[in-house]
Amino acid sequence: MKILRIKAIVQKELIQIRRDPLSLAMAFAMPAMLLFIFGYAITLDVNRLTTIVYDRDRSSTSRELVDALVASGYFTVVRSAEDGRELDDYLDSGRARVAVSIPEHFSLDIRTKKTAPLQVIVDGSDSNTATIVLGYMTVFTNLFSERLGNVKITPLIDPRVRVWYNPELKSQHFIIPGLIAVIMVVIAALLTSLTIAREWERGTMEQLIATPVKPAELILGKLIPYFLIGFIDVAVSVLMATALFGVPLRGSLFLLALLSGIFLFGGLGLGIVISVVAKSQLVASQISMVVTFLPAFLLSGFMFAISNMPVPLQFMTRIIPARYYVTVVKGIFLKGSTIRFLTTEALFLTAFAAFVFAVANRKFKKKIV
Amino acid sequence: MKDEIAVYVKSLTRTFGDFTAVDHIDLEVSKGEIFGFLGPNGAGKSTTIKMLCGLLLPSGGSGTVGGYDIIGQSEEIKKTIGYMSQKFSLYDDLTVVENINFYSGIYSVPDSRKDERKKWVLSMAGLEDKKGFLTKTLPGGFKQRLALGCAVLHEPPILFLDEPTSGVDPISRRNFWTMIYEMSQAGTTVFVTTHYMDEADYCDRLGLIYRGRIIAEGTPNELKMKYMTRDVLEIDADRTVDALDVLNRNNIESAIFGSVLHATVENAAAAEPLIRRHLGGAGITVRQIEKIVPTLEDVFVTLIEVS
Repeated sequence: MKILRIKAIVQKELIQIRRDPLSLAMAFAMPAMLLFIFGYAITLDVNRLTTIVYDRDRSSTSRELVDALVASGYFTVVRSAEDGRELDDYLDSGRARVAVSIPEHFSLDIRTKKTAPLQVIVDGSDSNTATIVLGYMTVFTNLFSERLGNVKITPLIDPRVRVWYNPELKSQHFIIPGLIAVIMVVIAALLTSLTIAREWERGTMEQLIATPVKPAELILGKLIPYFLIGFIDVAVSVLMATALFGVPLRGSLFLLALLSGIFLFGGLGLGIVISVVAKSQLVASQISMVVTFLPAFLLSGFMFAISNMPVPLQFMTRIIPARYYVTVVKGIFLKGSTIRFLTTEALFLTAFAAFVFAVANRKFKKKIV
Repeated sequence: MKDEIAVYVKSLTRTFGDFTAVDHIDLEVSKGEIFGFLGPNGAGKSTTIKMLCGLLLPSGGSGTVGGYDIIGQSEEIKKTIGYMSQKFSLYDDLTVVENINFYSGIYSVPDSRKDERKKWVLSMAGLEDKKGFLTKTLPGGFKQRLALGCAVLHEPPILFLDEPTSGVDPISRRNFWTMIYEMSQAGTTVFVTTHYMDEADYCDRLGLIYRGRIIAEGTPNELKMKYMTRDVLEIDADRTVDALDVLNRNNIESAIFGSVLHATVENAAAAEPLIRRHLGGAGITVRQIEKIVPTLEDVFVTLIEVS
C-alpha cells in the first residue's frame, strides 16, 4: 500500500465534496437537522391530555375535582359535556383522549361516607398513553380522597422507588443519545454509499481502474475524508444533545470519541460495500437506507427494549451494529459507563469494521464487468 | 526476439452472452510502433483494448502486454501502460492542475519528477494559461490532450488510446496526432483505435477489424497495394447523388466521398470513356475524371464488401 496514492485520493475527494453543495449539505446539515427534528418530535412524556368532563353532580366537590385534575398539568379540559352522547362523540372523533364522567350523587356519596364511583374512559388506541393515564388516575384519586377525607391512609408497604440514570424520567434524556447513534448509523452508510457508484456512473472509474491503484488504497482514500466528516457530525450531535436538549454527559468524552471512531469505520465501510455492489447511485442510496435505517430504528433497542422482543428477533439484534453503538452512546451519556461495561460493544464494533473492510476489499474488482 | 514485442495476442475472444464481440483475433505489435486498430463502431475495437489493459477478462485465447500475461498479471500490466478511454474520464469538477496532481499521485510519480511532469503535460496540452480552470469548462480538444497527458504522467512504455479523437475538431485532431508522434519518437509503443480512416495513414502498421474479426493487417501502403488491385477513379460531376445512381445502375461500383464520387474499376483507361458516356447520357455534366491512389477508406470499403 502506498501512502502517496491514498493521499492523492483523499485530497481529490475533499476537493469534490467541497465543490458539491448537495453532498456538503448532506454531510454536515442533515445529521444536525434530523437530531433537531426527531429530538423534539419523539417524546414519550404524556402531558396536557385532551379531556372531556361530564359533570352530572354540579357540586362544589365535583368542581374541586375537575380543578385539581387540571392543576396536575397532565390534563387539559377541552369541553364540559352537556350529555352523555358528547363523551362518545369526542372520544370517537379524537377530540378528546380521556373522558371523565362524574355521577349525579358524587358529592352526596362522599358526604355519607359511601365510596363514590368516578367513571374514566381512556382512548386505548394509543396503549402507551392509556397505561400512563391509568397510573396517573389511580394516584390522582388516592391523593384527592386523602384531601377530602382529611385522613392519611397508612399503607402496609411503603415502597421507596428510586430511578437511576434518568431520575426525572425525561424521555428526551433516553431518546437523544440513542437517536444520535441511529442517525449516525444511517448517515455513515449514506455518505460513502454514493462515492464509488458515482465514479462508475460518471465513467471516471474506468480510468482509475486502469492504473496501478490497489482496492485497499481506493477504499481507504475514500473512507478517510468521510471519517473526518462523520467525526465532526458526532461532535456536533453531542454538543447539541448537551447544550440544546440538556442531556447530561456523565461518562468519558474520550471513550465516546474512541468508540464512535471505531463505529464510524464500520458504518462508512458498509456504505463502501454497498457502493461497490450497486454501481449506481440511486440503487446504492436505497440499499443503504433499507439496511441501516430499519434495523437501527426498530432492532437497536433505541425505542423498543430488546428484552421485550420475541427470542428470534432478540438474536437478530445481535448482528446489528446499531444495537452496539446505541448501547455505547446511551451508556456513556446516561450511565457514565466505562470501557469495562462496554467491552462487548467495543469488540463487536471493531470486528464489524474489520469485516466490512475485508468484504469491500474483496468485492471491489478492477474490471469493467 | 520476444523482447521486441510489446503486445502479443493469440486467438483472443470475448463473448457477451450470445454475442461474440471479439472473435479469435491474433495480433503482434512491436516496440516503438504506432499500431492503428481500425474498424467501424461496434466492430470490437474497445473490447479488445480493454482486454489488453486488464480491464476485461477474455473469454478465450491468450496474450501478453509488455511481457505480462493479460489474464494472470493484469495488475502488472496496469503499471506498465497508459490508458485513455473512449469517453472522457477525468474529473469534471476538478481543475486542470488538480487532475494532474491526482493522477501523478495515483501513478506514484516521485516528488523529484512531479513538477517537471506537470509542466510537460501543461505545455504539450497547451494548458499553461488554463491551469486553474475546471475541467468541465474546457473545449473538447483541450480535454482530450489533458486526458492523454494524465495517462502518460508516469512515462509508460506502452500507451493504449481508445478512439482518442472522436468528437474533436480537425485541427485538434491533427495536434493530437503530433503529440502521439512525438511520444512514439521517444520510444513509446502506441496502440490506438480509430474509426477515422484518414488517421490511419499516421500509423506505422494497421489492423482492420470488422465484426470481431481481423480482416486485414499491414502497413498502410501494404494494405493499399495488396487489397486494391483495381483502379480508383475520382469523378467530379454535377448532381453527385444522381450520378451515383446512374453509375450503380450500370454496374460500376461507386461511393460518395465528400463532394466527389469514387468508382472502383478493373482498368482506369477503359472505364473512363464509359463513365463519361453514361453520365453524359443522363444529362450530368462531368467536370473532371482522374485516376487516384486509393485511400484506406477505399480499401476498407472493398474489404468489407468482400467479407
